[in-house]
Amino acid sequence: MAKALALALAAGLAFSGGFTGIARAQEEAPSPPSQQWSFNGVFGTYDRAALQRGFQVYKEVCASCHPVKHLAFRDLAEIGYSEDQVKGIAAQVQVTDGPNDSGEMFQRPGRPSDPIPGPFPNDQAARAANNGALPPDLSLITKAREGGPDYVYAIATGFRDAPAGFKMNEGMYFNEYFNGHQIKMPPPLSPDQVKYADGTPATVPQMAHDVVTFLSWAAEPTLEERHRIGFKVIFFLIVATGVFYAAKRKIWSRIH
Amino acid sequence: MTDLAQSPVDAEHEDGSRRDFLMLTAGALGGIGAAIAIWPFIDSLNPARDTLALSSTEVDLTPIQVGQRLTVAWRGRPVFIDHRPPEEIKAAEDVDISTLRDPQKDSDRVKKPEWLVIVGVCTHLGCIPLGNKPGDDRGPYQGWFCPCHGSVYDTSGRIRQGPAPLNLAVPPYEFTSNTAIKIG
Amino acid sequence: MAAPPQGAHSSAQPSATGRNYGPLVRWIDYRLPFVASLEHHVTDYPTPINLNYWWNFGSLAGITLVIMIVTGIVLAMHYTPHADLAFDSVERIMRDVNYGWLLRYIHMNGGSMFFLIVYIHLFRGLYYGSYKYPRELLWILGVIILLLMIATAFMGYVLPWGQMSYWAATVITNLFSAVPVFGQDIVTLLWGGFTVGNPTLNRFYSLHYLLPFVIVAVVGLHLLALHQHGSNNPLGIDKRGPQDTIPFHPYYTIKDMFGLCVFLLVFAILVFYLPNMLSSADNYIPANPMVTPNHIVPEWYLLPYYAILRSITFDFLGIPGKLIGVVLSLGSIMLLFLVPWLDTSPVRSARFRPIYRWVAMLLPIDVIALGYVGSQPPAGFVVTLGQIATAYYYIHFLILLPLIGKIETPRPLPISISAAVLTEGH
Repeated sequence: MAKALALALAAGLAFSGGFTGIARAQEEAPSPPSQQWSFNGVFGTYDRAALQRGFQVYKEVCASCHPVKHLAFRDLAEIGYSEDQVKGIAAQVQVTDGPNDSGEMFQRPGRPSDPIPGPFPNDQAARAANNGALPPDLSLITKAREGGPDYVYAIATGFRDAPAGFKMNEGMYFNEYFNGHQIKMPPPLSPDQVKYADGTPATVPQMAHDVVTFLSWAAEPTLEERHRIGFKVIFFLIVATGVFYAAKRKIWSRIH
Repeated sequence: MTDLAQSPVDAEHEDGSRRDFLMLTAGALGGIGAAIAIWPFIDSLNPARDTLALSSTEVDLTPIQVGQRLTVAWRGRPVFIDHRPPEEIKAAEDVDISTLRDPQKDSDRVKKPEWLVIVGVCTHLGCIPLGNKPGDDRGPYQGWFCPCHGSVYDTSGRIRQGPAPLNLAVPPYEFTSNTAIKIG
Repeated sequence: MAAPPQGAHSSAQPSATGRNYGPLVRWIDYRLPFVASLEHHVTDYPTPINLNYWWNFGSLAGITLVIMIVTGIVLAMHYTPHADLAFDSVERIMRDVNYGWLLRYIHMNGGSMFFLIVYIHLFRGLYYGSYKYPRELLWILGVIILLLMIATAFMGYVLPWGQMSYWAATVITNLFSAVPVFGQDIVTLLWGGFTVGNPTLNRFYSLHYLLPFVIVAVVGLHLLALHQHGSNNPLGIDKRGPQDTIPFHPYYTIKDMFGLCVFLLVFAILVFYLPNMLSSADNYIPANPMVTPNHIVPEWYLLPYYAILRSITFDFLGIPGKLIGVVLSLGSIMLLFLVPWLDTSPVRSARFRPIYRWVAMLLPIDVIALGYVGSQPPAGFVVTLGQIATAYYYIHFLILLPLIGKIETPRPLPISISAAVLTEGH
């Protein structure tokens, strides 16, 4: 009986999991290849070194167009920076505050409690600076795309010369994994674009890997805590299930 | 067959200790599980991380001249910072504290005598006393004066007249350098 | 305190069930029979001796309802129901509120689990004939609960104000425009504007908070109706006497607790390791009224109705296909109300119905096929499959159910529950 139950539940979950992969069926672009991520699997964690390198890539490459509005400077303490380092990172950035007593908005150095400001004050300014395209906010990008981190990595590394006979529209770039293959973003990464503080060679795959690790953390900063608590909860429940099953059998033995 | 209608109380006494241990374990697991499960619900009501991030305010004291007073926001309330001139310090120290409603020495209320840091909320019913802006009525002791019900505070923020029961609160703060403090 | 009048209940006597309670409990119970009620409806409640694990799902549904309400109330303390702020308030819950991520994921996945449990509970009823005399009203109340759940879940999904929230709200509210004459006015009334917008969000929030308590009330009626005649059982035969039943406590309390542990285990795996598996990635994109997602898809538990809706791709006798689709989609649930009268079999349980037991198992397969159809873009082979599956769904209820009851020869029923249990050698 319990077996039939488990089978039904598994079938239900398997089917519903399949249903949510709906977008893949009709996409022209191929599925992104699977990458190795330090945070995959039941015991996965975010590699702190990769997070910091990834933040550096974000700051020096992506931040010129893409905001991460759901991150505050204080969140960076979780990727291995000390309180003073966080204050220093925040203070380097000018943040809009106000209005002051004259009724004007003004700039001041950032504080840890401030959200990380984006490159543009609003969407219209962003479009104006990018030929009408709106660079999406990256705080949730790895959760907001089918394929997750693998997809974002594939996009970052998927820029190619357009194949012979493929008609490219004005101002577009060919990307192997983007739906329709034409993307408004120019290839963001080139070799040695960034000088990593820890000396890691900044190849394009390395930078893409690091920035996607950073963005995965940005989208889901509580993953490690979730996995940690989950492990204990599930262990507890397995024990409890066993105990309650034994108790059930014991009580029911009176009438069996 | 007659066992079926047996009350659970009788049945438990038959197979004694093994069943009791199992039931006890089951009950304990259930209780522990329930208690652990409740905690996140309660803790979610505690201040969230973004609220806590605003729980301290750092203030640069260099722009405040001697004799000037500044109001800063701290945890949603005003804090008065007074760069006290010598007359104010002397007036605060030359007081027989046994005459005070809420006896406190001035030296117990400041870390450096020329800097008074107090929460600008009247201890009577919560209004914000006057005295921190130039031109404000400071009351008879040249400290602060609450217009709501007439409480009068001295240059150490202590209650002297009026209905307030306690001195203006001193928030937790520390000097992070000679010219800056961190409140909270 | 005045002395009790002569002949009143003396404080020295034990309760009617022979249990001893303290004086405070007896004082309260004499005036409001709380404990006596508990004893009658739970502790001593005579329950068929032969219930199998398919009977666990009722209590699981009740517990899931409580979980949804408790997490919902706490989440409501942090959520902001304004179009400009809703998405960000949910992200604040996920990042800054203590255990906010946990509460949100429990609420989100709890909704899915609630539907899974209720669908299994419903199919149990269909298979074992739990809707038949004298439990027709019990069944009807259950279908009402299902309708309320669907309304609640639909409105709840709009609240995070993601792309899927906004566009699912647009598509589904637009359906009401299929109503002849007044359609568009109804839609405008629902929206509170010219499109789904902030007024829509606010009223959905209000109703999303309200409806679960309406569900609680209907669940109360559902349980009252259940206790009038007691539970059905896998054999589908009535109890003849006390030898056919056992007290609910401790037998079914412990069995329900074991079932709860299994459920929580599955739930925990979802919440802690696969929290976004059942939902659409598009809902992590803030709502944009100017950009429609490539594939608008409802949550998995609404996919079968969505498939039926989209399967009518043609007009019929001058009636627009869209209207027929809406009617058939809603009809698929409304049809359930009629099941006690559509089924003509004199026998309840499919165990003794050699033809119906296979037909009954085909229905979930049909519904899963409909769910698959609903998840795919409506093109090619998928459309045909959807049309066949929709037709079969209606055939099952309107033709097969009445027909099979008439032509089938049921297997001989056991004399009694206890006799059957003894011969099965438990």
